[in-house]
Amino acid sequence: MNDRQFKHIRCTINSRAVDAMVDVRASLTELLRGEFALTSVKHGCDVGECGACTVLIDGEPFNSCIYLAVWADGKDITTVDGLAEPDGSLSPLQQAFVDEGAIQCGFCTPGLILTAQSLINRGEPLSDEELRRELAGHLCRCTGYENIFKAVRRALDESLGKKG
Amino acid sequence: MYDIRALYEAQTVEEALALRREHPGARLIAGGSDLLIKIRDGKLPDAELISIRGIDSLRGVSLEADGTVRIGPLTSFTELTRDGIIKERLRVLADAAGEVGSPQIRNIGTVGGNICNGATSADTASTLFALDAKLELRGGSGTRLLDIAGFYLGAGRTDVRENELLTGILIGRESWERCHGCYIKYSMRSALDIAVLGCSVNLRLSADGAHIDRLRLAFGVAGPVPSRCPQTELAFAGAPLGEDTARQLARSAVSELSPRDSWRASRAFRLHVAEESAYLAFCECVRRAGGAI
Repeated sequence: MNDRQFKHIRCTINSRAVDAMVDVRASLTELLRGEFALTSVKHGCDVGECGACTVLIDGEPFNSCIYLAVWADGKDITTVDGLAEPDGSLSPLQQAFVDEGAIQCGFCTPGLILTAQSLINRGEPLSDEELRRELAGHLCRCTGYENIFKAVRRALDESLGKKG
Repeated sequence: MYDIRALYEAQTVEEALALRREHPGARLIAGGSDLLIKIRDGKLPDAELISIRGIDSLRGVSLEADGTVRIGPLTSFTELTRDGIIKERLRVLADAAGEVGSPQIRNIGTVGGNICNGATSADTASTLFALDAKLELRGGSGTRLLDIAGFYLGAGRTDVRENELLTGILIGRESWERCHGCYIKYSMRSALDIAVLGCSVNLRLSADGAHIDRLRLAFGVAGPVPSRCPQTELAFAGAPLGEDTARQLARSAVSELSPRDSWRASRAFRLHVAEESAYLAFCECVRRAGGAI
């Protein structure tokens, strides 16, 4: 094939309106890493199982590896880079990950934080079992999950407490 | 990069049908959680795709005047689990959708894709069998309606004809009114796993609450396509509720199944799981209907 097919898309990435010429063959992972240098979006299993490439699209977690980049047209995309304050200070959820020792190699961390952030944004109380189910789309090979669970539990409870 | 030669995007059903006529070799892509993985695996080299993700009219759930629940095939599993009409009338379908993959997969995957794929393991398929779902397919020459049971031609093969598009999944009032369902998925892991066996039961009790009035038993991975147990359903209509009935109907159901040996599980194990699942799902239906076994 000689004539590659491209599409012009407009979207919002971390609150910034952007546009790009996108190769129709590209995944959203490839677009975010290649065009926008957002290397917090990890290239993991590439088949939607490990969750390392998770980003928020219109507020919901998606595996960007099995999401065509052209589908991002008109969407609001958040990567973990969009969560910290402008001065670089960590969000409460990010701080909870640090405080609870929920990070070891860090490869799963951006995706997990984004899924957890979507739960905080939803603002609904979750039982421990429900919370584990919500986090089930992420694999972590280091921590054994318990500290990740504690960090998300704490951040979610604190955000609900503030609202209440 | 995916090995995609061309991607055509449809915003309306008419555009999708026109694209199907223009590009007869192209595959439809809805969520992509199965198709993109096949492409990544090299199984569809130089793929030509028609993306129907943008057809908003095929998304969402509505209740028609006669009580039929209409599900847009592009409705995601997440949307199904949160939809008010589904939660109130078809809780079993919300439960089945909630068993798929992971939260991220449930956001991208669609219920229409789940059945058009033709996989016997599809989590929503057995429940849609138990609900006597009807499928609305629109083509160049009009619209046809067919029973979901007739839609499956064989493993991985469904009756979506050239120039056709699945435009609706319809569940009649008789399948939800006074009915209670339960879906049990048996898999090695509770997330991100394919069912070793899936069992979906739909039950309506008699007015006095003491007998089976209407029974539907459907299974996934108990054969090359999802299947029902018509003889058992008929034989146990009118049967009194009780432990004996629950055990007997589960035993009867598995005599109508033909699972295979695979690396995931043996035939014998699947039959064992099917019988236990049918028993447990039936008892849960009775419990949800306000009874007890």
